[in-house]
Amino acid sequence: MLREDALRAIYPRLKEQIVVTIMGAVAVELYNLGHRPNFFYLEHGMGLASSMGLGLALSLPERPVTVLDGDASLLMNLGTLSTMARYRPPNLTHIIFDNESLLSVGGFPSATTTGTDLAGVARESGIRHVTRADTVEAVEEAYAAAAERPALSVIHSKVEAVGPPSFAMDIGLLENRFEFARHLRGGQP
Amino acid sequence: MPVSSVNSQIIYDALKDAGVSIISALPETWLVHLVGMADADPEVTLVRLNKEEEGVGISAGAHLAGRKSAMLMQNHGLLTSVNGIVSLAQLYRIPLLMLVSYRGEMGERDPWQTEGGLVTERVLDALGIMYRKMSDPALAARDIRQAQTLAESSLRPVALLLTRELMWEE
Ligand SMILES: Cc1ncc(C[n+]2csc(CCOP(=O)(O)OP(=O)(O)O)c2C)c(N)n1
Repeated sequence: MLREDALRAIYPRLKEQIVVTIMGAVAVELYNLGHRPNFFYLEHGMGLASSMGLGLALSLPERPVTVLDGDASLLMNLGTLSTMARYRPPNLTHIIFDNESLLSVGGFPSATTTGTDLAGVARESGIRHVTRADTVEAVEEAYAAAAERPALSVIHSKVEAVGPPSFAMDIGLLENRFEFARHLRGGQP
Repeated sequence: MPVSSVNSQIIYDALKDAGVSIISALPETWLVHLVGMADADPEVTLVRLNKEEEGVGISAGAHLAGRKSAMLMQNHGLLTSVNGIVSLAQLYRIPLLMLVSYRGEMGERDPWQTEGGLVTERVLDALGIMYRKMSDPALAARDIRQAQTLAESSLRPVALLLTRELMWEE
């Protein structure tokens, strides 16, 4: 499965959510599907997209939040899974796109190639709703279920290590940041 | 335990007065009362972390959502958070109110704290983070209010170093 195809399938639901992505390939893929003021692309701070998603979910308990994470980014901050499990905000969905690769820096193999099972790590960290979804249909179904479920959900998806030819996006980092904040604060800066 | 509960209460009340409603923390001895106060306070969301750098993400989410937050950590937690501070908070102009217990400074008896004590202020300087050492309880409320004000106006991290004189009673 291509991550791009999985994203396209869930885009109609993503549009309605506060979304935080990691840097590089996945950010561009979402951006190219259609930018929204409720999308934030964390273009650095490797590992922290999930922590930001947790901060957002705890701060805005009435709003659904989705994190689009990568295997290497999550491996850099594995403790985030147990912090999420500890507070289990019901409005948070954490999608891990596992391409077994550090794709955005040239495609080095990550530790998920040698047996680390991130769904297993999530489950054993104490997260109750963890779904493996390796086809477009499965991702669509798992994300629909997560969006309806008033509980912290993790979706772990194996995807091909393929991304866009360029990571350039026609939006500045701070432009994205201020637009996102203004949107979340209902028009207040 | 000779951690000052009186001064911890002064610090905690000042955080509340500054409008802080989310506190992330990784415990250390000097922070025991502060973490306990946050835990017992229904108006405050306490996020206990596994690693201090996670707190940068928590505070970034809180800030963008319009909520004021603070981070409780020791100076070794600051060292552990450096990339998050640079590559999230500073890159994206996120205010952080960091309350950092200053271990390894004058009077430190634990040998393992001493290297961190040596580098703390120089790391803050290198990062371009404005900081103040807090040692006088009579000025603690002012120090916290001013740090919070500066963090919000500059959209940058600001650090308050909680010294032995403030936190420890012997
Ligand atoms: C602290 C830090 N180390 C290294 C990098 C370089 N870097 C940028 S993206 C990336 C890989 C991300 O891999 P993954 O999360 O699996 O996402 P993918 O690129 O495969 O979509 C790395 C190592 C960085 N930005 N920050």
